[in-house]
Amino acid sequence: MSKPIVATASLAGCFGCHMSILDIDERILTLIDLVEFNKSPIDDIKTFSKTCDIGLIEGGCCNSENVENLRDFRKHCKILISVGECAIMGGLPALRNGIPVKDCFAEAYLNGPTVDPAGGIIPNDPELPIILDRVYPLHEIVKIDAFLPGCPPSAELIWKALTALIEGKPLELTYDLVKFD
Amino acid sequence: MSKIKFSVDGRECFGKPGQTILEAARDNGVYIPSLCRYEGLKPTGSCRICTVRVGGRYMAACTQPLSEGITVENTAPDLEDMRRAMIEMLFVGGNHMCPTCEKSGNCELQALAYRYQMLVPRFPYQFPLRTIDPTGPKLLVDHNRCIKCHRCVAMVKTKDGKSVFGPLYRSKRKKIGADLTLAAGLTDDQAKKAMDHCPVGAILKKEIGFAVPIGRRTYDKAPIGSDVETPRT
Amino acid sequence: MSTKAPLDSLLARHGKDPSGLIEILRDVQAALGSIPPEAVAKIAARLGLSRVDVEGVATFYHFFTARPAGTYAVYLNKNVVAEMKGRAEVARAFEKAAGCRFGETTADGLIGLHETSCIGMNDQEPSALINGVVFTRLTPARVRELVAGMKAGKETGKLVKKTGDGANQSRLVRAMVDNNIRKPGPVILAPFKSGAAVRKAVTWTPEDVVAEIKRSNLLGRGGAGFPTGLKWEFCGREACPPRYVVANADEGEPGTFKDRVILTELPHLLFEGMTIAGYAIGAREGILYLRAEYAYLKPRLEKVLADLRAQKLLGKAIAGKKGFAFDITIKLGAGAYVCGEESALLESAEGKRGAPRPRPPFPVQNGYLGLPTTVNNVETLCAAARILERGAGWFKTLGTPKSAGTKLLSVSGDCRKPGVYEVEFGLTINRLLEMAGGRDAQAVQVGGPSGTCVARGQFERRIGFEDLPTGGSIIVIGPQRDLFDVVRNFMDFFIEESCGWCTACRVGNTLLRQKFEKITSGKGTRQDLKEIEAWGKTIKAMSRCGLGQTSPNPILTTLLNFREKYEARVDATRDYVSTFDLEAAVRDAAAVTGQTLAEARHE
Repeated sequence: MSKPIVATASLAGCFGCHMSILDIDERILTLIDLVEFNKSPIDDIKTFSKTCDIGLIEGGCCNSENVENLRDFRKHCKILISVGECAIMGGLPALRNGIPVKDCFAEAYLNGPTVDPAGGIIPNDPELPIILDRVYPLHEIVKIDAFLPGCPPSAELIWKALTALIEGKPLELTYDLVKFD
Repeated sequence: MSKIKFSVDGRECFGKPGQTILEAARDNGVYIPSLCRYEGLKPTGSCRICTVRVGGRYMAACTQPLSEGITVENTAPDLEDMRRAMIEMLFVGGNHMCPTCEKSGNCELQALAYRYQMLVPRFPYQFPLRTIDPTGPKLLVDHNRCIKCHRCVAMVKTKDGKSVFGPLYRSKRKKIGADLTLAAGLTDDQAKKAMDHCPVGAILKKEIGFAVPIGRRTYDKAPIGSDVETPRT
Repeated sequence: MSTKAPLDSLLARHGKDPSGLIEILRDVQAALGSIPPEAVAKIAARLGLSRVDVEGVATFYHFFTARPAGTYAVYLNKNVVAEMKGRAEVARAFEKAAGCRFGETTADGLIGLHETSCIGMNDQEPSALINGVVFTRLTPARVRELVAGMKAGKETGKLVKKTGDGANQSRLVRAMVDNNIRKPGPVILAPFKSGAAVRKAVTWTPEDVVAEIKRSNLLGRGGAGFPTGLKWEFCGREACPPRYVVANADEGEPGTFKDRVILTELPHLLFEGMTIAGYAIGAREGILYLRAEYAYLKPRLEKVLADLRAQKLLGKAIAGKKGFAFDITIKLGAGAYVCGEESALLESAEGKRGAPRPRPPFPVQNGYLGLPTTVNNVETLCAAARILERGAGWFKTLGTPKSAGTKLLSVSGDCRKPGVYEVEFGLTINRLLEMAGGRDAQAVQVGGPSGTCVARGQFERRIGFEDLPTGGSIIVIGPQRDLFDVVRNFMDFFIEESCGWCTACRVGNTLLRQKFEKITSGKGTRQDLKEIEAWGKTIKAMSRCGLGQTSPNPILTTLLNFREKYEARVDATRDYVSTFDLEAAVRDAAAVTGQTLAEARHE
């Protein structure tokens, strides 16, 4: 049997969840035996070259590129998993939710304390992704099959979830595994 | 003293006159999850998480007086699912950014979510726009996290019995406001008590935070309620 | 402008008892047009309360405003029948003529436009309250005339051109409201001579009066149907007098207005019912809790009370009975549907936020000011007086075995003859529609938003506690209506009127409303249908009071009786549909930066 294929991405996240994947320590060697990675910052493959079994996504959607990336993952992955608080509920970037984008721009690029006193500019290069009106949890945009909470989710949770999926067994959630910080 | 006989999920229990269902169950080693209730304060029945079913009717165990011979359902799967729905509603109805919160690990709302193993709420996040208010020289109120339990309303009073906190508005606009003049007069001890009574991280004492490291906080290791529960014999 | 002098003199007119807080706030709002922070501070100091307590009450009721409500504060009813009768055009006319939007006050502070829940005029919509004066059957032309009058500085009362029928013409009322009594009946809308019931009652013992009411099988007319005799018995049995009688005249269920007609035409019957209740339970004081929307009736009600005192039907030694003293005061609300719930009403009567209390203890044990209190619906008290006059046996010949007597129905919506009908219990919807001229209805909402939406195929169902209980609201929904518009209006009503105390109602109703929107906008799945039903049931089970326990009914009863309408909107072939719209989500940012999705995609 061929190895399950895994893809990962960080959207509006901090890569902390990817760090937590790496936090499985020496089990990473076992993991590499168990699965094949496709599109992922871990192996730096930038586009999907085949259909994947499992997609792991950290970060919510804060701009148009995130949305298109997420939709691309949904198209290519049989099972799509929201990894971490930002993917599940927007996380820190979602602190701006409820505040009009215009005001966020003004604070970040025109009036904020870190803006060059000589004057700021709101980034408007046509090729930049467009900021969304708020940060969206992934499951509001595409169907998500599983959720791994935590900021980041512990390496233990990621490991147990991945191995359970690969082995086709149900994930046994013990008290220590579900934490939001 | 006379005893009141009742049962919870088929387990025979005895309680005392004047007790609520929740108190009597607790004395029998049965945990009925609750959030807004605080020992020693008059229960308000606002969170609804302690809802039990008695004779097919739903009632808040924290306010319902115990009566002779009642058969209480506490862990029926459909009831537990509705409690979980209340926890999820509280999560989506506010802005609960656990990773940024000083109360994380000691938060009773979060602890209930852990106990119920909430991975994601079934409801869409509402992201209400809320404020963070400095409340007197000692306190900070983060309305993003407030669950309107009314504990602070009942607990934080001035010497002459005036409320420092009180409910404002109605519907989903409801918020807990503070009398800033009275809040300015709170002692350090009162301010600390206000923070400790808050089940979430809505009332914070200024100048302290993240004092206990991860791993040693109240709900890091054992679920909320595990101090109450005794195994069934 | 300093508000100091008027505020001080205004406060001096009131006592220092916190139970008078709502009256004080009403006066401040009327005099200053708002309740500014300095008023909150002064009131708090005077009553010995904390400011947040006063602010809590001031922000609970929708006729109190922190910002100026306008020299002319217009409150336009937004209930569903108003919508049916052309409210949208009327609202636009107000905005255009006044020069501000709803939710705003004109720059000069002259006119404030506000929305409000049902004001009890469903039989003559669209209607509005302007500074407490009722204006019915509004049209855009009439609105322009009214706004012109306001701009000319006319007194609000002078803008009323023609008064309605009956006591609406009284010098003390002068309202353009019509009674619209379409069908009088034997119990309530019948001739009644003041004193006939109480004179008989005082020849009996209080126990015998209670026994007679119990024998009559009179059930509470507010909708819940608790046996009135039993309530009086429980209350009279409580050891610690004083006890109170409270008449619940807070008819806020959208679509009901029958108490308005009683309060206009038969206040003496109501007061007599209260007096008999007082005699039966051993109370010396009664309170009429009058919803703010009916404040225009208060001067006349006070006059009727004065007349009754003069006739020795109130006061001491009533009807010549030594030792029987009873009197009635009127307390006004300030805009909150939830105050129709009896424990919330008591909180409000005590000058507090109208949040329901935990029950038990029930009001008969722990009511007004913590004392034993019987709270009865206006119509119930009227029926009680008539039962004493005519006998329980007579009363039981009317209606059905389980629902004795008659019921006042407030019929409105898509029918030719909206108004009040006194009918015997057991009447079919079909028969009612025939009488009211609404036979082509696609649905009838029985019991208001918290009741049941009955489908055409079920019109042989009967009004009564054994089948379709109702506090009296009957809304006829014609074939031309989109039923989902009705449901949406009802859900918005509950969301607005939730007291906010408990999680299920405060948060849940909004979530339910969003799910409803997802489904009706064509973005629902079968799973969404399952969820909306489950969520509705959860809110009913987990809510603290009757509001939350019935708030999902508009959705649940239409899901039950009109399931095909929902099924038609969902995509049965898909298991997930997102409501996310990328074009819409980037609109705000693109407006600032000038970016386009095509360019951002590097197309």
